[in-house]
Amino acid sequence: MIEIKGVHKSFGDLEVLKGIDLNVNRGEVVSIIGASGSGKSTLLYCINAIEKINSGNIIVDGIDVHDKKTDINKLRQNLGMVFQQWNSFPHLTVLENAALAPQIVKGFSKEKAQEIATKELIHVGLGDKLHEYPTRMSGGQQQRLAIARALAMEPPYMLFDEVTSALDPELVGEVLDTLRLLRDDGMTMICVTHEIAFAKEVSDKVAFFHEGLIEEIGTPQQVLDNPQRERTQQFLSKVL
Amino acid sequence: MNLFTPLSWSDSGFILTGILNTVYISVVAIIVGSLLGLLVGFVRAESNKSINMLLGAFLDVLRSVPLIIQLILFTTFIGAMGYPLNPFAAGSIILSLYTMAFMSEVFRSGFDSVPTSTIKAARSLGLNYLQTVRYIRIPIGMRAVFPSWLGVALSVIKDSALVSVIGYMELLRTAEQLISRTQQPIMILIGVGLFYFMISYPLSRYGKYVERKMEI
Amino acid sequence: MNNYEFHWNVVFDAFPQLLSGAFTTVHVSVLSMLVGIVIAVLLALGKLSNNKVFYHFANIWIEIARNTPALFLIYMAYFGLGAYGIHLSPYLAVFSALVFINAGYLAETFRGGFQSIPTTQYSAAKSLGMNNIKVYRYVILPQMFRRIYHPMTNQFVWSILMSSLGILVGMNELSGETQRLQSTSFRTLEFFMVAAAMYFVITKLVLFTSSLIAKKVFKGELS
Repeated sequence: MIEIKGVHKSFGDLEVLKGIDLNVNRGEVVSIIGASGSGKSTLLYCINAIEKINSGNIIVDGIDVHDKKTDINKLRQNLGMVFQQWNSFPHLTVLENAALAPQIVKGFSKEKAQEIATKELIHVGLGDKLHEYPTRMSGGQQQRLAIARALAMEPPYMLFDEVTSALDPELVGEVLDTLRLLRDDGMTMICVTHEIAFAKEVSDKVAFFHEGLIEEIGTPQQVLDNPQRERTQQFLSKVL
Repeated sequence: MNLFTPLSWSDSGFILTGILNTVYISVVAIIVGSLLGLLVGFVRAESNKSINMLLGAFLDVLRSVPLIIQLILFTTFIGAMGYPLNPFAAGSIILSLYTMAFMSEVFRSGFDSVPTSTIKAARSLGLNYLQTVRYIRIPIGMRAVFPSWLGVALSVIKDSALVSVIGYMELLRTAEQLISRTQQPIMILIGVGLFYFMISYPLSRYGKYVERKMEI
Repeated sequence: MNNYEFHWNVVFDAFPQLLSGAFTTVHVSVLSMLVGIVIAVLLALGKLSNNKVFYHFANIWIEIARNTPALFLIYMAYFGLGAYGIHLSPYLAVFSALVFINAGYLAETFRGGFQSIPTTQYSAAKSLGMNNIKVYRYVILPQMFRRIYHPMTNQFVWSILMSSLGILVGMNELSGETQRLQSTSFRTLEFFMVAAAMYFVITKLVLFTSSLIAKKVFKGELS
């Protein structure tokens, strides 16, 4: 379980997170929506300790992410992350991209690492691209590679940071299909997204962020169909 | 009796001549080399494989044989043929050809950088082939490669020092003669270094500035 | 027009000496490149560091190397240091000047290569649980290396061509050796034509080998 308690985060003078509380249980899918600059992505970076926090706690399975004594590299193995820009490693083939971390971080043999990587790549529909270089693939394919690369570490949690917003419209579908697949597998996921319809379909919980705070949180029916707060209503009326 | 006489104000004319000679030959080589390079670069961007291979091989020789060897070979050759040239003329010819070899690559990539859609758009407005070259391809292509052009031009100024090998009295050779007379190598050499640095440094900074501005 | 008669025998007889000159050329270029690379890494780190002394030292070195003629630096090493009682051999004078310049140019190449890797590559690698050493070893340096590979090859070719300035300080590399041989035989044209051909062959061999290695090592494309 991921427990987020009173998290504050500033970049210089700009306070981006102003006290976030959020719990994500195993098997849950939580979507975070909100305008750009509302702090959604920053929260994901803080969960993965790519960004430091100023105060509060983020606890993953009982381990405090931002405690100095925490072995963050070990913890990150439990938190798969996929970025807006797919960030494939251009010097490695698709298979090598996905097999790299299991091999050098988890210490698996090359064969074992490639076996796991192949399994995940087939799962996301890239079984026929194993030996290609990612720079020759479409954005949608590269984003699915990024998902498989994170899954190959076999993490219990996956964090998705606006994974479809840099894609051409016709490629969004294939990536969302991959996310649906993961939900059906029972993966615990936090998705920062602009795809309201998708959030409604897959989420157990939806959180609406506004200026560094959670303005409203609840089931998709509560937040998206019957929003109680005025700001949520305004936001939804703009994006729907 | 002292064999050596120290540097004095009366040497300033000698030094100035050296400076001017460096400037002359550099300017000639940069202008002639750029014009030839523009022509060759355009031909290479336009022409088919076989012409490209031939031109490419010739340019390759100019780029793969040390400048100093080219200078010696050329002067010896025309001398042996009975048409000796003065060091300035011989040096200008070789330095210009050498400059052309590098400039042609610069300009070729400039021409290649103009998108075909832009050329098509120009043609669709009724510009003919030559007008497209004159008003579209040269201005757009040249602007794109200005920093690289400046880079080559600066290296030509530095390489012009090598023309001293065939007896051209440019700055470094002037300095060498002053050193052997005065035995004050440090002071003279530092002066020479400063001269090159003061030309090259600001211009290279400017080139980088333009490059950064074009990236945005 | 005069009828110049070419006499090649004397050149063929001197071929072993020319080859030994060529060897010295390659020797000084390779060494100046290797030492230059090591210093260039330090200079590049200097330019990226926040330590002002380190930064300015690197900056001054780089700018002098890039903005003064190679011949000037060779004269500095040969005559300049000589005035302080440090008498370098022609080889050492040319070698140190080439090291100085190679280090300056390569430092900028390395810095550019380093800065050209998007920061998102670090985030992606870290999110997979890699520590800093692994991030560099497996993700950043391999990408950086392919970006600096061609500029490094060009710098090496430049070193080979510029070592010919050894002729002006009496070094016995290919040009200097050619100069010495022609001065006793007066077959200037023949000797320098052969020397030119040898430089051409050496340069082409370097470029050919380099692209062969690149094809083997660098698969895939850069993003």
